[in-house]
Amino acid sequence: MTLGYNTIVVLAGCALLGLAAGTVGSFALLRGRALVADAVGHAALPGVVLAALLVATLGHDPRALPPLLAGAAVAGLLGVLAVQALARTRRIREDAAIAIVLSSFYALGVALLSYVQTLPEAAQAGLNKFILGQAAAMRAEDAFWAGAVALLALLLCLLLFQRLRAACFDPDFARVAGLDTQRTDLALLALIVTVTVAGLQAVGLVLIVALLVLPAATARLLTFRLPRLLLFSALIGAFAGAAGAAASAVEPDLPTGAAVVLAGAACFTLALLFSPDRGMVPEAVRRAGRRLDAAQEHFLRAAWEAQEAAGAGPGTAGDRWTPIAALAAARGWGEGRAWWIARWLAVRDLVALSERQVHLTPRGAAAARRAVRAHRAVEHHLLALGAADTAGADRLADMVEHGLTPEAASRLLPEPSALPASPHALGGKP
Amino acid sequence: MTAADILRLDLPALTAAVLACATCGLLGSFLVLRRESLLGDALSHAVLPGIIGGFALTGARAGLPMLAGALVAALAATALITLVRRAARIESGAATGAVFTTFFALGLVLMEVTGARSVDLDLDCVLFGQLETIVWLEATGWSSLLDPAALATLPRQLHLLAGVALVVVLTVALLWRPLHLLCFDPDYAAAIGLPARRLELVLNLLIAAAAVAAFEAVGSILVVAMLVCPAAVLRLLTDDYRRQVLGGALLGGALGAVGYALAGPVPAMLGSGVALNAAGVIGTLGGVLVAAAALLRPRGPRVAAG
Amino acid sequence: MSGTAAPFEVRGLTVAYAERPVLWDVTWAAPPGLTAIVGPNGAGKSTLIRAALGLIPTLSGSAHFFGRPLAEVRNRVGYLPQRASVDWDFPATALDVVCMARYPRMSWWGRVPRRERDAARAALAEVGLADFAERQIGRLSGGQQQRVFLARALAQDADLYLMDEPFAAVDAATEQAIVAVLRRLTETGRSVVAVHHDLSTVPDYFAQVLLLNGRAIAAGTVQDAFTPETIAATYGGRLNLLEHASVTAGARG
Repeated sequence: MTLGYNTIVVLAGCALLGLAAGTVGSFALLRGRALVADAVGHAALPGVVLAALLVATLGHDPRALPPLLAGAAVAGLLGVLAVQALARTRRIREDAAIAIVLSSFYALGVALLSYVQTLPEAAQAGLNKFILGQAAAMRAEDAFWAGAVALLALLLCLLLFQRLRAACFDPDFARVAGLDTQRTDLALLALIVTVTVAGLQAVGLVLIVALLVLPAATARLLTFRLPRLLLFSALIGAFAGAAGAAASAVEPDLPTGAAVVLAGAACFTLALLFSPDRGMVPEAVRRAGRRLDAAQEHFLRAAWEAQEAAGAGPGTAGDRWTPIAALAAARGWGEGRAWWIARWLAVRDLVALSERQVHLTPRGAAAARRAVRAHRAVEHHLLALGAADTAGADRLADMVEHGLTPEAASRLLPEPSALPASPHALGGKP
Repeated sequence: MTAADILRLDLPALTAAVLACATCGLLGSFLVLRRESLLGDALSHAVLPGIIGGFALTGARAGLPMLAGALVAALAATALITLVRRAARIESGAATGAVFTTFFALGLVLMEVTGARSVDLDLDCVLFGQLETIVWLEATGWSSLLDPAALATLPRQLHLLAGVALVVVLTVALLWRPLHLLCFDPDYAAAIGLPARRLELVLNLLIAAAAVAAFEAVGSILVVAMLVCPAAVLRLLTDDYRRQVLGGALLGGALGAVGYALAGPVPAMLGSGVALNAAGVIGTLGGVLVAAAALLRPRGPRVAAG
Repeated sequence: MSGTAAPFEVRGLTVAYAERPVLWDVTWAAPPGLTAIVGPNGAGKSTLIRAALGLIPTLSGSAHFFGRPLAEVRNRVGYLPQRASVDWDFPATALDVVCMARYPRMSWWGRVPRRERDAARAALAEVGLADFAERQIGRLSGGQQQRVFLARALAQDADLYLMDEPFAAVDAATEQAIVAVLRRLTETGRSVVAVHHDLSTVPDYFAQVLLLNGRAIAAGTVQDAFTPETIAATYGGRLNLLEHASVTAGARG
């Protein structure tokens, strides 16, 4: 790939487009309007075709971008209005209205396109590239136009930032506070139309919706704060747009829209899997960690209580080894599971392990004491509240004690030294 | 125009249009009633990588591998939509948009990579449909309709469409009441012991199958029009469940026939050289009908706003 | 279990939405008759019913109806879901909706048998809507809509009815009509467990009560269990310190 002037301009234009789409898409997603872009994109087709037809009939070059984009914008706006009009019947929900508008406008475009292609003067307009996008075929001036429109959308977005934020965050409150959310919504729809139209040639009308949805959805996985969300979304959009244009430059037959979407989808998948706060992998790791912590504490507590039941405390004269099988029975665990936990605790030097018997080490005894304390604190708290019986309190305490913060535990049981007796008989689980 | 011409060119395409639109029209009511119209949009796009995959594996444009691939893709897409909605905690519309565009893009790239595009399954078919290419070359005259040898050479798109249509009609008939309850009140259906989850799955698979069968006739995107427009028209006109569902199928079939006729044969008969893309005309008609129904629908008194 | 098993019983029922505990180890048996489940918003009243019916997953615990799991006695359990989750524009008449209750007794296709249609009409008459059978449900008033759904539950001809807020958003006349239907049900030996939000009417409408706030706070006859102390414990004394705790994944160990 040689980085000619044209290529660089197209790359920059697509990146700018992605930047704008990511920004507008964030608001669209937050306001629950993301799929309106799908309707707008598809609805633009008849507008593009009619504009080309008109320009060709008037004897001008049908490939000139501005009239085509104007046609697309008008048709896209009509599409949005049609969606709203249909949804106002109440019989047809907004989702059905979107599906109807996008498919029937697109159908009209297809029918018109089949007609236009029989006309010699309009046939060479290459309108097909608007459907799936072909960044490689863009001329520098096309990229300038697309970039300029995208920049306009971006500036409008920043100008209206406070309004949009209010409308997205809490539309009812905004209305009560005297903000005209209807006008803000209209502005948002206009922004969606603008960005969609700007992206027609590069991304294509079928997949342009993805450039609004995917970066915004990715950013939502990464942060909860709006300014940061906008920034992430814009950057991811810019990346996807530039990646699509680059792919198109390398492989001109590849529909650019597909490349843009796949780049965005890759970002989204990565965030879905690995986002620190909400990703699935960190979540699974945290869950497994909590599970292990809980199992450890339960094991230690069982070891402590086994000593207590035998009338001895750790470190006292009666201190002795406890069979793992007995602990497993007390917890209602399988013996294999108890054995693995014992091994893990031995590695951490919390228990000593010998011939399928365990013994709490001094560190282990301290940890076990903390666990017993938390458990009994919760148990007594629950019993003091009145309703749960002792077995229920025991079961409940098993569930919550690990989630307790130390402050909560110490509020439940103020004196640091006290270790209350268990409210129920120790030994086998009910 | 001779009988042979009609049989060779118009009859197969017309039959395909009617079968595809009627099947989609029948299923569309369930989508609209369940307020899941966008799932139709999603499934019709999401089957593309499955179709290409089935095509690439067998190397032939045969019906069953493509159908199988498409059903797998549809299942994967619905599962992913649910997963994304839960894991990313975004509204279902956005989750749907994120997943189906990705699937569609994947299909386009697969098309490029496997070389499927250059052979047989071209982009035009995906985007515009190819009703006009469904032809019955062996037909010689009306007698061919009774000739088993000639009938055996009917285009395979028709076989697939007829097979899917039959399965859809039978399944809808057999599951008539469970589907009614599932559309109205899925929670209650589960509470009184109907297998609601499995019914949903069956419904989605039927829609995916219809989308694949109709795909070759009308293309990926226009399937959406066939699914949603007839059902939406009936939605505006009737308060009767039976009329809604059966009327959707009838209206779909009629749309297919009229749209096909308006696209080519009627202008030709009138002596005009214009021939439009039939799928485009069918979809446009669907939209016009919805608009007309929305403007002209009867408005009874509404006591409660719900 | 003895021969006279409780119509409805949950044991150790624990439910969490995304690790947020909603129901905590609820063990409770509803006696025959009219029982109210009361508690503040978010106390898990609807969750209890929905979890017992298998509509939402549980972390642990079980629900039994007449001493048996739900799958074995489904046709003895009627359900009135919370209002407003359905599409009121749906193409269905009041009679259609009530007929749905009889679907498990019919073949899955064909015409609705006359016997079932008559049963549905009888249920509609029971709630005073005989004249509205052919009306599309969206064209009924809010109170009438609620009564259609009550009729649907009645048409299940069950021995136990689980009702989720039967009195939500209905006018006073409808409320009285529904109460009359509930009384008639208990007079014929059926049981009703209803989620209820209006404390002031509990003693008038119900014989038994379960006070719920995450846990079962108190249960018994209205005279015994519905006292200022238990109400205060339910509505005021929440599990302050524990309510932010999460359910640990190892909880079932």
